[in-house]
Amino acid sequence: MMRFILLLFFCITGVANVNGSTPAEVPDTMDDRVKACTICHSAEDKVGRDAYYPRIAGKPQGYLFNQMRNFRDGRRYYPPMAILLENMSDEYLLEIAQYFSSLQLPYPDPEQIQMQPEEIKLAEHLIYSGYPERDIPACSACHGDVLMGVEPAIPGLIGLPRAYITAQLGGWRNGGIMRGGKPDCMSEIAKQLTESEVNAVAKWLANQSVSGKPSSFDVLSSELVDRCSQTILENGGAE
Amino acid sequence: MRHSVITTRVIWWKNTILLQVCVRSLAFLVLTMSAQVMAGEPERSDEVDYGAYLTRIGNCMGCHTAKGGQPFAGGRRLSTSFGVFVTSNLTPDKETGIGRWTQQDFWQALHQGKSRDGRLLYPAFPYTEYTKVTRQDADAIFAYLQSLPPVSQSNPPHDIFFPYNSKSLLAVWRTLYFKEGVYESDQSKSEAWNRGAYLVQGLGHCTACHTTRNMLGASQDEALMGGQIMGMNWYAPSLSSHLEAGSGDWEIDEIVALLTTGVTKRAVTSGPMATVVRQSLQYLSQEDALAMAVYLKSLTENETGRLPGVKFSVMSGSLRKHLDLGGQLYQEYCQACHGTDGKGVPGIYPALAGNRSVIMDSPLNVIRSVLNGGYPPTTAGNPRPYGMPPFQQILRNEEVALVVSYIRNAWGNRASLVRALDVDRSKGGDD
Repeated sequence: MMRFILLLFFCITGVANVNGSTPAEVPDTMDDRVKACTICHSAEDKVGRDAYYPRIAGKPQGYLFNQMRNFRDGRRYYPPMAILLENMSDEYLLEIAQYFSSLQLPYPDPEQIQMQPEEIKLAEHLIYSGYPERDIPACSACHGDVLMGVEPAIPGLIGLPRAYITAQLGGWRNGGIMRGGKPDCMSEIAKQLTESEVNAVAKWLANQSVSGKPSSFDVLSSELVDRCSQTILENGGAE
Repeated sequence: MRHSVITTRVIWWKNTILLQVCVRSLAFLVLTMSAQVMAGEPERSDEVDYGAYLTRIGNCMGCHTAKGGQPFAGGRRLSTSFGVFVTSNLTPDKETGIGRWTQQDFWQALHQGKSRDGRLLYPAFPYTEYTKVTRQDADAIFAYLQSLPPVSQSNPPHDIFFPYNSKSLLAVWRTLYFKEGVYESDQSKSEAWNRGAYLVQGLGHCTACHTTRNMLGASQDEALMGGQIMGMNWYAPSLSSHLEAGSGDWEIDEIVALLTTGVTKRAVTSGPMATVVRQSLQYLSQEDALAMAVYLKSLTENETGRLPGVKFSVMSGSLRKHLDLGGQLYQEYCQACHGTDGKGVPGIYPALAGNRSVIMDSPLNVIRSVLNGGYPPTTAGNPRPYGMPPFQQILRNEEVALVVSYIRNAWGNRASLVRALDVDRSKGGDD
């Protein structure tokens, strides 16, 4: 108990010290605290020197929180993110996730990629019906009827460029996004897809305009929740 | 059923998030602690409590936990120039951990560097420092480890290169470089100084990093003279030199703040030191933090060293031009936070003018800070730190070399120039 009191005392004095030394010119805001993030993750998707940086603004906070913890703890492998987040507490990562999730920035216009009618048909079938006989659920079953994601942890699929969607699906097919532990449910699904199916879905999604809102958690079937529980719940797979 | 349980968990989670917004981390700490009490955690004995504290200060978990793995179950790979060492499972699992060990076995490992079966241990496990830990403290650590939930996890064997995998070579190494013995107090010094020395030299195993190692990986001194960290692309600055990280002219409070919060008005911990603060030092009791500070300060207290003076008072035109290129990059990318005068913002963005890690002989750490960026550790005293962007995502090696050369030679700083090759060599070496 004595130690706890000391720790508390330490906290208070420590916080006071840091705050006391804050000159007026550095605003005490999250905007300023996440400058290390926004150099790459700006308002729009951005292609950097040797990497592609997805827009993270407006994504569900549970999704962002889980991804940051996955990077930090080595489940999702990308050293620059792992190094950046190495010494961050869960509490602070949650606050950062919440900050980016709350940003309401305009989405870019949809891409205009030419598609053949049969390609459109294939994409729409995958997105709204899936192929249960191949163990491929409809995208909309998890990402919501309007494909804008499901709170709190499933991201939307609209408003993303084709290159990003193709790269993510490719990463899952090669098992290159998540490491170790149990297989990731998106990885299992992506491995069932053919290359032309990946291309059709990526083109179709990139061609849509953003409208509607993320769905609520109740829309998910218990079967899918079970199958993807490690990805979409708050523990992020770290049971 | 499963669905409703999950929904409840989600609602619970959302509520937690809402709470989090309002109360911030201090209150969060209180909440987590009271939640633990409510969950009815069994009372631990004083010895186990004390052992838990010592285990934190020795940062056993830091090495004996794989990234994202089960705490204390081992499996972390430590790459060195002698091979890859894989840390062992310290949980009390009977088959894969230390569940069958006795107090005496544990003491033999910590104090003599011998495993339960008498096998000599490699000094990647820092028994060269832990040998200074008292029997009483070792027993408390053992009691705590035995109180952990057992985790069944077998870890792969070490993969050590020839000829270092020879047991007889290890025996020779021990004769040459291992001195067994508990810390002996220096009666001419204060109690705090001795407690600090005990922690720094023993359990804290600061020498494991802050030293130059010879070809056989043996630490060259006990004086914390600094050196490249084995198996890592980082330089651990000397704690006994004014030119590097000596703290002889610091106030004790400031040293305590650096150790326990990770930041002070003039310094920020980064790289492996930030990790040590997060995992271990932030939990120091106030007395122990003070004791360590007293000891560390004493290492350079009598040194009247000054920062290196101006080595070349007049810069040649071509040098000036070269540095100006870096200055332009500084203006574009760095100045908004670190200021036109390089003075930064105390406690938030470190000053670069007069900053010893900027002008140290080894440019490794400053290059890595520019390349990787990073956040200071989140600690009770600094729960929401400001961060530095990872500039390797947007700058080329040549540009990083220019800007680092500039900050090493602006505002009265003087240090060697950095080449693109130095930048390239400073990359990698991460897990």
